[in-house]
Amino acid sequence: MHIVVCLKQVIDPEITPKYFKIDPETNRPEISDTDLVLDSFAENALELAIQLRDKTPGATVTALCLGDEESEDVLRRALAFTANAAVRVWDEDWGNLDGQAVGHILAQTIASIGGAQIVLTGYQASDIEEGLVGPVMAEELGFPCMTHVSDLDVEEKSVKATIEVEGGYAVVSVPSPAVFTIISSETNVPRLPKVKDIRLARSKPIVLLESEDLTLDHERCQAGVKLERAYVMNREVACEILPGNDGNDLAGKLADRLLELKIF
Amino acid sequence: MSRILVFANQQGDGLSSGAKEALLFGSRLASSTGGEVRSVTLGPFAEVGAREAIAYGASIAYTISNPLLADYDVELFVNSIHSVFQQSGADILILSFDKMGKDLAGRLATRTGASAITEVIDFNFNDDKLSWIRPIYGDKAFGEYSTTRQKVVVGIRQRSQNEEGPDATRKGEIIEVDYTPTKDMIVTKLVVKIQAALADIRLEDARIIVSGGRGIEGPEGFNELQVLANLLGGTVGASRAACDAGWVPSNLQVGQTGAVVAPDLYIAVGISGASQHLAGITNAKTVVAINTDPEAPIFKRANIGVVADYIKVIQPLTEKLKKVLV
Repeated sequence: MHIVVCLKQVIDPEITPKYFKIDPETNRPEISDTDLVLDSFAENALELAIQLRDKTPGATVTALCLGDEESEDVLRRALAFTANAAVRVWDEDWGNLDGQAVGHILAQTIASIGGAQIVLTGYQASDIEEGLVGPVMAEELGFPCMTHVSDLDVEEKSVKATIEVEGGYAVVSVPSPAVFTIISSETNVPRLPKVKDIRLARSKPIVLLESEDLTLDHERCQAGVKLERAYVMNREVACEILPGNDGNDLAGKLADRLLELKIF
Repeated sequence: MSRILVFANQQGDGLSSGAKEALLFGSRLASSTGGEVRSVTLGPFAEVGAREAIAYGASIAYTISNPLLADYDVELFVNSIHSVFQQSGADILILSFDKMGKDLAGRLATRTGASAITEVIDFNFNDDKLSWIRPIYGDKAFGEYSTTRQKVVVGIRQRSQNEEGPDATRKGEIIEVDYTPTKDMIVTKLVVKIQAALADIRLEDARIIVSGGRGIEGPEGFNELQVLANLLGGTVGASRAACDAGWVPSNLQVGQTGAVVAPDLYIAVGISGASQHLAGITNAKTVVAINTDPEAPIFKRANIGVVADYIKVIQPLTEKLKKVLV
């Protein structure tokens, strides 16, 4: 069984808003290399991929990332998680892709590396939050797609997926091959890689694929949306700090202010 | 002029809150661009939803009343909506980017050869040019996007639209579409569905949320927050730190990587206010922060702040409010 997990490198979502700036020339955040991290849902997907492999005899995990050389960091992280192989796909013309174009290219990459029985990805990356890549890949590959998946269980010809639905969760049986987009849950909290595995990951190969290695549709590699303008918003609010030292006194003042809101 | 089709999804007795938002957004767009709104509702009781969609601004409400569409199945819904999108000649398909919308948007756009833009909160229409506005980078910025294809699928961010009531006097036409979904399209099988018991009120729907973070220092403290939440008719939430520590289940998580909420009152207890948490409470009306650290970022988002240990404040606060409210 071949499991492919698609990873995205994003600007650290925890950057303090105070230091967050958009370059008006490029409409992109001004960042340094240290501000880039593996998207957190993608990391949940990676953890789940490794767990599934370890439960399934003969299974392998390939970590896949569309990005420039910088993004090899996330593939090294995947290798440190003990992913069996790492593939980076990139072309210099791909600076302004959208989720649909990324979905097309990743789908073609998966096809070119021999397909997959299970494709995992984060359900919505924390930078642009398009939430499109998983479903678009599925549509391109002709696979079913489940979104909001917290856990998976591999069965003979199908996969049992635990998915979050309105008002609770459901377990559904999905025939493989299939695409799953992963949310965070107690069952897929990313591991801390062993020091030995981190060291080994440094020397493992990362396969580079470029556009001429793939069967791409030129039209589908074009972004369907174009960012015309981006601007930072200031959300700082003038906070009324209630005066007082004693908890009882503060609680009284807070109770009064809450009652003034007239919402209870 | 734009021809707008809105997916008006039914949930329980009526349209889902997301469907209403999508219809209101569509109506606003139509009046700016000089277009008209049509809607599509699926399922054996689609006519009920269609009437409601008309009250929310649709002039033509399409239905597919096939009994197979009684329960949501992604393949059946993608096929059915795609068929109506094609037949209606619409160039803009609007749907709520709720859980279902996240299944549908990318697939419908790819199948139609349309652009896809999601988490949209607003639009601009100037000099005949239409652009879409949405938050980016965890709500730290706004992006204004144009689209490059003839058709576009637009996902509306949940709880981003002002709620307006329906106008029951509006008139419109209901058209049953000639499309027959079939059983063999279904590929997934439901094994079991479990209603969440922990948060009786969905965080996304809650008007009042009492949320705890790392400062609660363990699962026990959440009991106190629960007592306060119960008194106020609200529900309990948590920061990622509290969920990751295992003090509360992860479905209580509020933030960019959890539930995005829009309550009238959000009480953040022992929450420092990491930016991904703040991104989840952008649309909260009043935010109260209780934290020992006066420098915590949460105080930059809060309207009312209490610098104190929550243990000394929550119980007396609950007692005082109980005297007035019970």
